[in-house]
Amino acid sequence: MILAGANGSGKTTLLRALAGFLLPLEGTIRFDGGDPEKSLAEQAHAVGHANAVKSNLTVRENVTFWADYFGDAKSSPDCGARALAHFGLSALADFPAGYLSAGQKRRLGLCRILVCNRPIWLLDEPTVSLDAASTKLLAAAVNTHTASGGIAIAATHLPLGLERARELRLDAQGSAA
Amino acid sequence: MSAFWTLVARDLRLAVRDGGAIGTALGFFLVVVALMPLGLGPDLNLLGRIAAGILWIALLLAALLSLGRIFETDYDDGTLEVLATGSLPLELVAAAKALAHWLSTGIPLALLAPVLGILLNLDLKAYPVLIATMLAGTPAVSFLGSIGAALTLKARRGGLLLALVVLPFYIPTLIFGISAVGAAAGPGGFGASFLILLAISLASLVLGPLAAAAALRIQLQ
Repeated sequence: MILAGANGSGKTTLLRALAGFLLPLEGTIRFDGGDPEKSLAEQAHAVGHANAVKSNLTVRENVTFWADYFGDAKSSPDCGARALAHFGLSALADFPAGYLSAGQKRRLGLCRILVCNRPIWLLDEPTVSLDAASTKLLAAAVNTHTASGGIAIAATHLPLGLERARELRLDAQGSAA
Repeated sequence: MSAFWTLVARDLRLAVRDGGAIGTALGFFLVVVALMPLGLGPDLNLLGRIAAGILWIALLLAALLSLGRIFETDYDDGTLEVLATGSLPLELVAAAKALAHWLSTGIPLALLAPVLGILLNLDLKAYPVLIATMLAGTPAVSFLGSIGAALTLKARRGGLLLALVVLPFYIPTLIFGISAVGAAAGPGGFGASFLILLAISLASLVLGPLAAAAALRIQLQ
């Protein structure tokens, strides 16, 4: 699903509420068909404006950390390498992440959503500082995810070129239009 | 539990790569203690009598310098939000980060203290006791400090605020740490003070992460 709307219409607020950082003033957030033992936040990957990339660690160490931290029994040991390969960062794996460009850091931040399987992806302006080719890589990842039954909610101003996308437009008062 | 140790290991690796945080704390500790004999004059008896107190106070101030970094760097680059969406409860995230702070800052400070004791004419018999009390007391410094670090996370230049919030909590640790070293030199044993010091550390080990996680939930909103 694409979240659209002007600046300040509440796209980020909605995504942060879904990720469990903000408590809704009224109403409830429910995930049908999810694991009832876990909160929605534990079943979602949240990608915010910041990349959560440590510049003192190498590219591979960054990805390996997230793979180990999120790691469940199902994730295979080479999932980090596959995530790097998908976003074209394999050649840079041994560089400290601090040397990457803004777009490469963004790609490294996005690698996180591929290292472990979670049914919901919450993407807040995922295309910031990505070039056209990298945006295609992201769209491909989202399409694969939704094709296998996953949910992706992305707040964006650019057309991502997604299959199966519906659009939720927020107006200036923050209500769905 | 593997996520917990993964996080501890990453924080330790970052602390070593960064170097600055540990270096600042150790350097500050060295400078404060080295200046004391110059300020107080070369009275060896006086220095020996107040050595334990000076070492403890300098250790607390040095640790304060590094406390802000427990959560701040992770908050700034967005890592903290992602950590919060992991399967690890936020309480354990706070505990892992406080533990990493103790391992990377508390222990080096405690091990440097006896070396600096030479500058202050610390009684020879007091050396093992000093190391023991500091190793027993510094977990409280890290885990209580994590509460203050979480509370002042969003306050820019929150260093002074952090000191004001945290220092009152350190007073019991300071009193019993110094009295344990003092009691060991005298006729009475140091047992009672040392046990209370351990009790404070154990209590802060439990309560610190709970309070820090509650503060982090507010800060992440």
